[in-house]
Amino acid sequence: MSGPAFTPPAIETSGLGKRYGPLWALQECSLVIPQGHITALVGPNGAGKTTLLRVLAGLSTPTAGTASVLGRSPEQSEEFLSSIGYLAQDIPLYRRLTAEQHLEVGAGLNRIWDAAGARQRLAVLGIPTGRPVSTLSGGQRAQVALGLALAKRPRVLLLDEPVAALDPLARRMFLTSLTEAVAEGDLSVVLSSHLLHDLERVCDHLVLLAASRAQICDDIDHILATHRVLIGPRRKLSDIEPRLSVVKATHTANQTRLLVQTNGPVLDPSWQVDEVGLEDIVLAYMGQEEPEGTAHPASLWAAS
Amino acid sequence: MLRQSISFHLRPDSGVPAYLQIVQQVKQAVRMGLLDVGDKLPTVKEVVAEVAINPNTVMKAYWHLEHEGLVEGRQGVGTFVSRRPDGPPPGTHARLARSLARWVESARSEGMDDESIESLVQSALRSPSAEQIA
Repeated sequence: MSGPAFTPPAIETSGLGKRYGPLWALQECSLVIPQGHITALVGPNGAGKTTLLRVLAGLSTPTAGTASVLGRSPEQSEEFLSSIGYLAQDIPLYRRLTAEQHLEVGAGLNRIWDAAGARQRLAVLGIPTGRPVSTLSGGQRAQVALGLALAKRPRVLLLDEPVAALDPLARRMFLTSLTEAVAEGDLSVVLSSHLLHDLERVCDHLVLLAASRAQICDDIDHILATHRVLIGPRRKLSDIEPRLSVVKATHTANQTRLLVQTNGPVLDPSWQVDEVGLEDIVLAYMGQEEPEGTAHPASLWAAS
Repeated sequence: MLRQSISFHLRPDSGVPAYLQIVQQVKQAVRMGLLDVGDKLPTVKEVVAEVAINPNTVMKAYWHLEHEGLVEGRQGVGTFVSRRPDGPPPGTHARLARSLARWVESARSEGMDDESIESLVQSALRSPSAEQIA
């Protein structure tokens, strides 16, 4: 972020699209994620989260647009893959192999392989490394998979719903391991999940995919600072200060309730202004009608 | 003896950014005497390992406190409380209290009851400030 040398973003896409037959799984996805962040990738099922992560990991070729990770186009080359860690949804491990055997296999397949660091991490968590991974709990398997992904010393780690199947304690422990790894050094993470409460504490950046497009790509603190709920007497949307961009409007007989995006104070004193949590903001964007043309505030793209 | 001076708790979904919650908790701890000048704040890694939050959030909070001159980061050693948070001088306090009292009086004379005055004040306090947006 600072310093004279040009630092490429962790991830940059422009007009990225992926079509399966007649169906666009991802469309016109343009976003920039700076390095050093833990980014939440959220959106309803089928919004294209897995597709985006697979394209970034070099596992899927885009139909349209471009993608780059650390300034390089994703591909199945050793050079590209050595800087990327990817953990697919189903936690891919060889069930009959032990964690230790996984570490040996990894040593043969990767140029950089920090087996000692991985062993230490698993030892601290009390995870047995000499038993077939099929005999471990779901939380332990997820920790083994994360340990293997981190052993490559990747600079970008892509995680597709890594905690979805875990109980709350295992989830918290997984996220602690992840944030500790980020605290230790040069690592950017993109993490897809439906669990917004977890994401809000662990992530500092957010990408919201809905209707196959990226609706938000911004710093979470900035998202919170620029969204407010307004409650006041019922009125037409055309009578609202033009600086306020309405994400969601709910009207009752006497009352209008708005979730707005704004870059300054709300001046109209007839509104009661409330702060709003990330979950409500995300849900409001998810609930929007499919965008036609310019339905979304351009300012959301400007920040960060 | 516990190694760590204080620990943080975060309220999710409060609408207050996590880094500001940490800033407020450090200031509050100093005001209440839980932390004294010269005390060491927990390291980023200690905080992260304890409450599973983003390391950048902790760093941002510590930068914010350092920028305000309340803590001092010493390279390779840690972050230490360097002074108590200041309130405005007593004169300012009294002047603001008088002008607020006049404002409350005029609001009441126009027929506002206490509850609606409170909700007005709440609303003004929650309206995004320039500081939060910058």
